[in-house]
Amino acid sequence: MADAQAVEDRIAVASNWKLVWWRFRKHHLAVFSAFILACFYLVVVCPDFFSTQNPEQTDARQAFVPLQPLHLFDENGWNPWVPAIVGKRNPVTLRMEWTPDPTKKVPVSFFAPGPVYRVFGLFPTNIHLIAAATPGQRIFLLGSDRLGRDQWSRIMHGTQTSMTVGLVAVTLSVIFGVVLGGISGYAGGTADQVIQRLIELLQSVPTIPIWLALSAALPRDWTPIQVFFAITVILSLIGWTTLGREVRGRFLALREEDFVLAARLAGCSRMRIILRHMVPTFLSHIIATSSLAIPVMIINETSLSFLGLGIRPPAISWGVLLQEAQNIQTLALAPWLLTPGIVVIVAVLAFNLVGDGLRDASDPYSH
Amino acid sequence: MIRYIAQRLVLLPFLMLLYSFVIFVIIQAPPGDFLTAYVATLSASGTSINAEMLDALRRDYGLDQPFIVQYFRWMQNLAAGNMGLSLEYRRPNADLIGEQLVLTIALALMSFVLTWAIAVPVGIYSATHQRSVVDHIFTVINYIGVAIPNFMLALVMMWIAFSYFGVSVTGLFSPDFVDAPWSFARLLDLLAHMWLPAIVLGIAGTARLTRIMRANLLDELNKPYVVTARAKGMREWRLVLRYPVRLALNPLISTIGWYLPALFSGSLIVATVMNLPNIGPLLLRALINQDMYLAGGILLIYSFLTILGTLLSDVLLALIDPRIRMET
Repeated sequence: MADAQAVEDRIAVASNWKLVWWRFRKHHLAVFSAFILACFYLVVVCPDFFSTQNPEQTDARQAFVPLQPLHLFDENGWNPWVPAIVGKRNPVTLRMEWTPDPTKKVPVSFFAPGPVYRVFGLFPTNIHLIAAATPGQRIFLLGSDRLGRDQWSRIMHGTQTSMTVGLVAVTLSVIFGVVLGGISGYAGGTADQVIQRLIELLQSVPTIPIWLALSAALPRDWTPIQVFFAITVILSLIGWTTLGREVRGRFLALREEDFVLAARLAGCSRMRIILRHMVPTFLSHIIATSSLAIPVMIINETSLSFLGLGIRPPAISWGVLLQEAQNIQTLALAPWLLTPGIVVIVAVLAFNLVGDGLRDASDPYSH
Repeated sequence: MIRYIAQRLVLLPFLMLLYSFVIFVIIQAPPGDFLTAYVATLSASGTSINAEMLDALRRDYGLDQPFIVQYFRWMQNLAAGNMGLSLEYRRPNADLIGEQLVLTIALALMSFVLTWAIAVPVGIYSATHQRSVVDHIFTVINYIGVAIPNFMLALVMMWIAFSYFGVSVTGLFSPDFVDAPWSFARLLDLLAHMWLPAIVLGIAGTARLTRIMRANLLDELNKPYVVTARAKGMREWRLVLRYPVRLALNPLISTIGWYLPALFSGSLIVATVMNLPNIGPLLLRALINQDMYLAGGILLIYSFLTILGTLLSDVLLALIDPRIRMET
């Protein structure tokens, strides 16, 4: 009895964020997905550490090498290795054919030296999470592509681009959405009318064709960085409308609430009412909505790049990697070229689950 | 009701005019024009074109005129029903778009019908058998369905068909029927080829729709009128279909507005991957080669279809929900 009282007291004085966190914690699947996303962003921070080699290193003699799955143990216990692969040229098709060599193992080690890279572009180091024990030996955990580039390392670098595009595009949309939706909802009148018509107009735009046309309009000689930012702006230009609508709706509803009236009677300034009293009540909601918007952005970026009008090589993104899988004959020969797609699905799934969990948790007073 | 539709129809030309201007700005935006792209492809293949001929071509196509003049020329031609010549194919754009447009709309509509035919029954089953094994399986499928990008699913389907069954599932017709005139047999052939791209196109929508249907129906099933009807001895399936399902469908219909347009533009990606005769791949090619009037024409058609889809759903909603009618 006393325990129940204590719990109730704890809930009564808990801050909004604490309540959200307590409710979120109950969704085990969402918490697990959040952990997966954290791993993804670890890769984003330093993809080179997770790569086994330079993603641009080509070798025509090592094209379409199949997977070399990582084994942690052998007969003698802990001893990480990958199977050795031997190539033989088929005399009829003149194509290299790779077969695993059961008698040989390529030893690998963790936190081992490999190619030199810079952490955050600053500190040079050569420590990688996984590397072949013999320096210079190339291992292909997820196979290699038609130019003999390592798929695993390329996925790590693609993760950096694709996850960042999603995050930046959604951040931009949130800024557009909150500012314009806020003006629309709080000011009302002509500003509201203009912004509402603009949202309606943007929402009835055929998104994918317009995105394509806009991306095609980007100058061909732009650097990958410029293209990257242009693509995120293009994606968020249409993406902000849903959020703008939502923010406006919240402002309209909250304007009439008692606590806003109370704040006004207490003599709070307008800015203080908006920032201190109104925004915190729906901030968690905005975060939930935007975490559901990120996967949509990721799919859009991947699709644009796949069609050749998004991020362009030599920049690497998941969509760019999947371009390699465009040809069905090639795909039948090297199905591992589809692995970036699996990464996309896992990332999108994790974002959706976290978003759902956050959305349920963002309204701690509803039951 | 008629007044409401009339109001929207009056607004339509103005909206299209606005879109046409924006579209023209976008297709004009790439640096250079079709001819610079053309010269680049020519020189890549080792041939060249002399400067005088280039100037003559530029004058013929009106590419040397200022922006506004080009826009008015385009609008003038469009108003006369002339979509101009494709710079790349040297054929009238209307011919190029023609049949592909019919197939584009057919694909979107088929996908739409399939989506509803799958989503509504599955949603009803999941809601009435909440937390059963089948419900959980459907939930997992739905989550994955939303997470798979369209083109990825298309690739996987094609890959499976190719490497395990040895067939290539590209295109919408068998080789015999590609250039054949329309006939009943050709229609059957089309339907036999179209269901797979239609499913690929609709999978994300189906998943979303199933989830909405399930949630809506669950809300309704707990209401007192359902209990009353059950207590009166009404047969279960009849009760469910008659009242709660009808109410649960309402919010779904309001989503047609964004769903149908999304299908039109989504078909672009699926059609490109599966190599379907669709205006999507045509647009992609036109954009890359800066065949601007062809690209502009297709973008206008996409906008028109989108506005039409939105209008259709607003009218449907007004038919179903009297409160919306009152507002106008």
